Amino acid sequence: MVSIKDGLNGLGEYVILIGKAIAVPDRWRMFWKQYVTEMFQLGYNSIGIVLIISFFIGAVICLQIKLNIQSPWMPTMVTGYTTREIMLLEFSSSIMCLILAGKVGSNIASELGTMRITQQIDALDIMGVNSANYLILPKIIGLMTIMPVLVTLSVFAGVVGAYATTFLGTTTFAELNEGFRYEFNQWFFWCGMIKAVVYAFIITTISAYKGYMVEGGSVEVGKASTSAVVTSSIYILFSDIFLTNMLT
Amino acid sequence: MIEVKELFKAFDGRLVLNNINTVFRNGEVNLIIGQSGSGKTVLMKNIVGLLTPDKGRILYDGRDFCALNKKEKIQLRREMGMIFQSAALFDSMTVLDNVMFPLNMFSDKSYNERKKRAMECLDRVDLHNVDLKYPGELSGGMQKRVAIARAIALEPKYLFCDEPNSGLDPKTSIIIDELISSITHEDNITTIVNTHDMNSVIGIGENITFIYKGCAEWKGSNKEILNADNKPLEEFIFASDILRHMKTSKKTNE
Repeated sequence: MVSIKDGLNGLGEYVILIGKAIAVPDRWRMFWKQYVTEMFQLGYNSIGIVLIISFFIGAVICLQIKLNIQSPWMPTMVTGYTTREIMLLEFSSSIMCLILAGKVGSNIASELGTMRITQQIDALDIMGVNSANYLILPKIIGLMTIMPVLVTLSVFAGVVGAYATTFLGTTTFAELNEGFRYEFNQWFFWCGMIKAVVYAFIITTISAYKGYMVEGGSVEVGKASTSAVVTSSIYILFSDIFLTNMLT
Repeated sequence: MIEVKELFKAFDGRLVLNNINTVFRNGEVNLIIGQSGSGKTVLMKNIVGLLTPDKGRILYDGRDFCALNKKEKIQLRREMGMIFQSAALFDSMTVLDNVMFPLNMFSDKSYNERKKRAMECLDRVDLHNVDLKYPGELSGGMQKRVAIARAIALEPKYLFCDEPNSGLDPKTSIIIDELISSITHEDNITTIVNTHDMNSVIGIGENITFIYKGCAEWKGSNKEILNADNKPLEEFIFASDILRHMKTSKKTNE
């Protein structure tokens, strides 16, 4: 079990590291280069998995509601309406970020952990480079930029997945269309965007902290990677409660 | 010149460096030698600032590293180059990008000038047509040479090498040693090499500090070391059968 002292030590180290990372870059041209690379690596490379998962989840949510919740005394647009709200309010923002915490979080922690144990971070420090700033800030800003795009794509893919169920004959295009357009509240979309940005910060900072602080060898890098995913996921779920309560 | 004065460092109450006093001279290859666990890596880490000493001073041409503020420390770090035991090349970058990295970070020169300088450094370490390769595609000796090229890109005043021959065959080790020695003399750099390779000690050790149980047990040059009257040093040097045999034969011939 983690003692209170260890917990506070960890919190202190995290705050100091993120304080070091969030500073004016030594060289802007290097920062922009890293920023674009990170957006590509963390975001662009995740588009495939986001589209696939969202498409099928959108389709399954639509089917479940149509088959198990929809009843004759409900309006026919309920299926489309509920699918849209679930995708917008919870799946595409929170659950998708939870899935991305696994992919992106382990990627960040293992990359930085490997750099630490192979002395690449020491090499940066010796050169007089603020290694935390050079390595972590582009990841934070990069994922915070690309995450809202991924969430938007996820909503889009979910809706397409729901429409795809019309080919199974359980619902019609017109019914879904009516539901998707029924009393659309634009704020719900922005709620998803705000959540995405907050979760992107949680995923990158926690995973970067776990990777940057690795001591030892490959076993410790593996442990840091696992810990990054678990801790990020817990904090995403925890903050989801507060954000949902605050925003909606 | 780098001076280490009354340096102490302990971990969890265990004294690892105990009152180290030594001088690393300019334009010479200065070696820190000692067996594994003697404290030489800790000494090197204290000198380059990766660890903070518990007590003592480290003077870079009179500038006390520990007393410098953050900005001055960063400035001083830009006068340092370091070659790590594992080469520590950035594996996501090509060889050229690795060598250009310090220039990209700290030089205001144009891209073409920076690239020209990086290519000069690669030529200097006798590496040709590898600039677009990644570190993983190179042999251990080539990686060390890229690390040297990167370390000298900004024309450092101080060069640190942490076990540069580790994992290399004897022939490649000699090439790396000769490279470090020639760069030190031609560019008048203060070079500190942390090693336990006896070939390096005999070959390039102009100013040697022997660390034993956290203390600077013996100081001298490669010319003096074989005849040094110091038991721990003798045990360290003549630990190998070949050297012990050489020593016995020499004495018999005399």
